[in-house]
Amino acid sequence: MAALARKPATTIPFGYGAEAVARPNEPAWLTSKRAAARAVLAAGLPSPRVESWKYTNLQAFATQAFAMLSDGPADAPLALLKQTTIDRPSHRVVFVDGRFAPALSNVGAVPSGVTIRSLDDAISSDEFVVARRFGALADASSNAIAALNAAHGSGGVVIALARGASLTEPVHLVFIATASDRAMAFHPRVLIEAGEGSALTLIESHVSEAGAYWSNPVAEIAVARDATVRHWTLQDQARDATHLALNAVSLAQGARYESVLLAIGAGLARHEFDVAIEGEHAEVSLDGGYLIGGTQHSDHTTRIVHKVGHASTREVYKGVLDGRARGVFQGTIVVEPGADKTDAHQLSRTLMLSVGAEADAKPELMIYADDVKCSHGASSGALDPAQLFYLRSRGIGEAAARALLVEGFIAETIERIADEKVRAYFTRAAGDGLRAHGGALS
Amino acid sequence: MAETPVLTRAEENAAQIDALVNEKYRYGFVTDIDSDFAPKGLNEDIVRFISAKKNEPEWLLEWRLKAFRFWLSLGEDEPGWANLRYPKIDYQDAYYYAAPKQAAGPKSLDEVDPELLKTYEKLGIPLAERAALAGVAVDAVFDSVSVATTFKDKLAAMGIIFCSISEAVREHPELVRRYLGSVVPYGDNFFATLNSAVFTDGSFVYVPKGTRCPMELSTYFRINAAKTGQFERTLIIADEGSYVSYLEGCTAPMRDENQLHAAVVELVALDDAEIKYSTVQNWYPGDADGKGGIYNFVTKRGACRGRNSKISWTQVETGSAITWKYPSCILQGDNSVGEFYSIAVTNNFQQADTGTKMIHIGKNTSSRIISKGISAGRSSATYRGLVRIQAGAEGARNHTQCDSLLIGAKCAAHTVPYIESRNPSARVEHEATTSKISEDQLFYCRSRGIAQEDAVALIVNGFCREVLQALPMEFAVEAQKLVGVSLEGSVG
Repeated sequence: MAALARKPATTIPFGYGAEAVARPNEPAWLTSKRAAARAVLAAGLPSPRVESWKYTNLQAFATQAFAMLSDGPADAPLALLKQTTIDRPSHRVVFVDGRFAPALSNVGAVPSGVTIRSLDDAISSDEFVVARRFGALADASSNAIAALNAAHGSGGVVIALARGASLTEPVHLVFIATASDRAMAFHPRVLIEAGEGSALTLIESHVSEAGAYWSNPVAEIAVARDATVRHWTLQDQARDATHLALNAVSLAQGARYESVLLAIGAGLARHEFDVAIEGEHAEVSLDGGYLIGGTQHSDHTTRIVHKVGHASTREVYKGVLDGRARGVFQGTIVVEPGADKTDAHQLSRTLMLSVGAEADAKPELMIYADDVKCSHGASSGALDPAQLFYLRSRGIGEAAARALLVEGFIAETIERIADEKVRAYFTRAAGDGLRAHGGALS
Repeated sequence: MAETPVLTRAEENAAQIDALVNEKYRYGFVTDIDSDFAPKGLNEDIVRFISAKKNEPEWLLEWRLKAFRFWLSLGEDEPGWANLRYPKIDYQDAYYYAAPKQAAGPKSLDEVDPELLKTYEKLGIPLAERAALAGVAVDAVFDSVSVATTFKDKLAAMGIIFCSISEAVREHPELVRRYLGSVVPYGDNFFATLNSAVFTDGSFVYVPKGTRCPMELSTYFRINAAKTGQFERTLIIADEGSYVSYLEGCTAPMRDENQLHAAVVELVALDDAEIKYSTVQNWYPGDADGKGGIYNFVTKRGACRGRNSKISWTQVETGSAITWKYPSCILQGDNSVGEFYSIAVTNNFQQADTGTKMIHIGKNTSSRIISKGISAGRSSATYRGLVRIQAGAEGARNHTQCDSLLIGAKCAAHTVPYIESRNPSARVEHEATTSKISEDQLFYCRSRGIAQEDAVALIVNGFCREVLQALPMEFAVEAQKLVGVSLEGSVG
């Protein structure tokens, strides 16, 4: 990975002007994109008065200072490396504190037509292509998370599959944050282009040692005609971390995108999906599970735009809230004029385990075509006393019965993962999460 | 309406008024008190004028002025969050007070100007006949001032107060002072603030303890004088253990210019009391090209203050170019119940952004929301609702169902619910669907010889039946017809 601007300057990363600050070895187009994003941020971060940020307040976060990338060996504690090991072969790409760690990564032989490269490598060998893709889906002018990433970002990974290429083994992106005396900020950018008829399985793990830091990953995923991308994400970071993530996806005709997200960690987290359906017969499936306690805040904001008809969306989010945690689900489905025969269904369910928790949901349907079938549902409440009673009557202790029901609730999300070994990896993380949130469960 | 000399006089005064606006208080208040029109525009003197015209006590004038000053501080920035598009309203280009010709308050129908009564008849509401036949007391508001109130004696005998709000200010100041603005404070929102400053009339209802109002109370609002915004203020108080059902129906004559209507309705239900508030809103929606029509920016809110109290809103919204209203319930008393049944039909270029808010504060409070949106033509209908469960609302329950029906490829339907729960023992459920009118059902009806338009009306009425059933009898019939009529020409 080429040398990055390693300014150890600690700074409040907002309130920028639009002036361009070129980094060494950075192409001009990237400098100008960065400048454009800085100009957007000059107005400050969105306040809760901005509709899409109504339930997630960044004002306290905005006063924190974060250190940008610093020099030093990219090494990670063994425990975290072990924790993120999946018991099946995969192409493992490891980032430590936002920097690509080739020594810890293990990208096996890939079939022809498939490339997995660090962002810097991709820029040096295929600059034109990267310039075209960078920011094509994640719009820095309208999305704060995209703007933050573009303004500060450095590093990332580029995965390209040519027409008909398929990776049999999943690509596992592991983002590790290490303990540091200073709060660090990471802004990795993942660019994925799945060519016509190709297939890719992508696993993302975000893990860390204890400590405060800010992780701000942005993925841009272009799924070409009849291609399939499966995207399974585990966010299990330190409780002091801030996680602002965006997945911007576009689907061509007949393309499929299936996402399963399990969010357990971070003190303040927002996971955004911005999906554009550009081709008919495309299929989108978003599953989300979040399991939080203490004073954690987990925001799940999705926007799926049906630009053409005959496509379908299925979206199910399930949250478990303990302690004084706050779960937010904002799901928007837009059906544009003429997108007839759209079939879109959305469901948000929240389980509230304790007094003090808060569940906010805003499932939105914006329909501009008439020949559609769209629905959404949202519910929140405590564990069903009848189910608890049933288990208790079978001699299962109160705590065990509750844990069983919560596990079952969240298992529905994890079960959407088609690969058994990966499923086991997620189930293990969910189990650890449940135990960590002892409280009402134990 | 106002005779020409008055208008001319008012216009002659315009220059003087302008000077007044610029040099406040220098000449004091000069507008002719006998004028039936306040001069065009909005300033503190207009607020004083309205208050003076109504012989209001000092406290109410002060309240109005407080509201007006707050409104000024809002900088004429209307709320922009609703899913509505309309040209900026020039609040200075409107009259804020217009009284019917008749000056003295009539004692009975005989004393009412026959011209006015004729107008009512043209609009299809034979006041006297309707009142007699249906047993409905009508407190008709014709351009801001009550001109006839019927069945008053009968109600008075039971201790029920049903009169115009102006009269209530004079006759029952202690009640008005206690409750006015207690549900919708003057600074609540842009339009409510405007209303608080310049409201001209509206209805007042007080039902005493343990009394069940024997008839449906009804007010027909009309907008008649050109360029007169209507700012009604309705206040209904149901004392402990009482019950009242209130009907509100609206029609307006054809009009080319957009007219602003910013009403405020406040309901207060004390222990064990129940208020049922039904609206059929059928104002001029503009023509098929989207020209003209009423702007309907209404703030309606009910407070279930007492234990076991209940407030039920039912609305059929077929009219207006723009509808912006969210009849809400604040469920403060334990075991209180809030209900919202709504049908919103939009056609041509109509826009509706409507819904409700259910704020659960008390224990075991429950709310039910059923919203049916039907959009046709190039119209847009948005359901926007908030269900909030406060931390103390132990055992609260909400069920929301909002369905949208689309007729035609150029219309739009949106569902924007906000669901906020802070209590684990509360159960909140929301479901929403959007679909087009069923081809199969249409075909079936057509094959049985039912004309296309009748078939649409039939299917739509079926789609809305849960809400129609919640309406009082007299209204249900009218509402069913309305739904059909509003959709004329939408299919074919």
